[in-house]
Amino acid sequence: MNKSLLKENLWDNNPVFVQILGICSTLAVTNNLTNTFIMTLSVIFVAALTNVTVSLMKEYIPRKVRMIVQTLIISFFVIIVDILLRAYLPDISKALGPYVGLIITNCIIMGRAEAFAQSNTPWPSFLDGVTSGLGYMWVLMVLAFFRELLGFGTLFGFQVLGSGFTPWTIMVMAPSAFFLLGGLIWAVKTIMTMNELRQCACNDSTTKK
Amino acid sequence: MAPDIHPFTLLLASIFTSNILLANFLGMCSFISISKDMTSSNGLGMAVTGVLTITGMINWVVLKYVLVPLDLLYLRFIVFIVVIAATVQVLEMVIDRISPTLYMALGIFLPLITVNCAILGVSLFMEIRNYTFIQTTFFSLGSGLGWWMAIMALSAIQKKIANAPVPAGLKGPGITLITIGFMAMAFIGFSGMLIVQ
Repeated sequence: MNKSLLKENLWDNNPVFVQILGICSTLAVTNNLTNTFIMTLSVIFVAALTNVTVSLMKEYIPRKVRMIVQTLIISFFVIIVDILLRAYLPDISKALGPYVGLIITNCIIMGRAEAFAQSNTPWPSFLDGVTSGLGYMWVLMVLAFFRELLGFGTLFGFQVLGSGFTPWTIMVMAPSAFFLLGGLIWAVKTIMTMNELRQCACNDSTTKK
Repeated sequence: MAPDIHPFTLLLASIFTSNILLANFLGMCSFISISKDMTSSNGLGMAVTGVLTITGMINWVVLKYVLVPLDLLYLRFIVFIVVIAATVQVLEMVIDRISPTLYMALGIFLPLITVNCAILGVSLFMEIRNYTFIQTTFFSLGSGLGWWMAIMALSAIQKKIANAPVPAGLKGPGITLITIGFMAMAFIGFSGMLIVQ
């Protein structure tokens, strides 16, 4: 069951590809692998703990005010993340600027709390939060990999491309994030449809036998 | 110590050169899902502009006169989001009372706005960049107008795309994102005009 949840959230029902959720807060920091890593790690932390909290409290929250209660729970964990970053990683905290606070409005967290944690027990909810966060993380890390590599010639701040490399300025600026994400969605959708076609073909041949 | 920028410059900058959506990626979720239809795009754009301006001003006052004197700056995320949610709620009731036609046009979008990143984003930018009250007002208004303009432009482009031969895998969100990319590139062209942040 846990394995299927992992596959579901990382691939089949990936929050970024299938629903285009939650890219607002993080797309802006994807021109740097380190920042993206810290940011998505924070999203995983908040998503997992919010899911657990909502799942534990679901019987005590009146249905009418559940949205605002969920938002408050999310804000609570985001504040913890913000304080931790300020204390231990002040440089990154400065570079991320307002985007840490914007995790609150990341639709993935609210969406998972609403769709999964409301109707499940704490442990599966925790796993769901972690796996949705991981699904989100790998997509943005791929984006950040290309943007940092081509934009600065570095990976995690280390120079990898030689001095002969001319950085692509466009990769540092906003449009490249849209182009890369659009292209990535194209690639993934094509692979998904090909897999489906193959499965259909297999099913047909087995039924014929 | 507020930055020394003329409010009007800030207004133009937030509409064109540092468009909240195309340069800062804020407010994408509702942007992509709503932009298929021009009428709703217009309604949402109007609602966002209104809410953005009002919450920007309220949050500035709350920040300067409540949070900073009481040394509660770390609570700002919660306070901002509560102010936004409350403003949206009050606005919904007021609009319902004053103009039922406007309510019919905007009503369904108002709840969506609470979770729109652009609204919270503007408040957080305002806090980080230390704007004065006048600057905040113009910045919030400009960001709202910029968002409105971007969503209208995108929904018009999407009407054209609907009739274009797009590869199967690229249909939907893929082509929308690439279109936004081109729009963002076009807006970079404005950046020679004004230099702010």
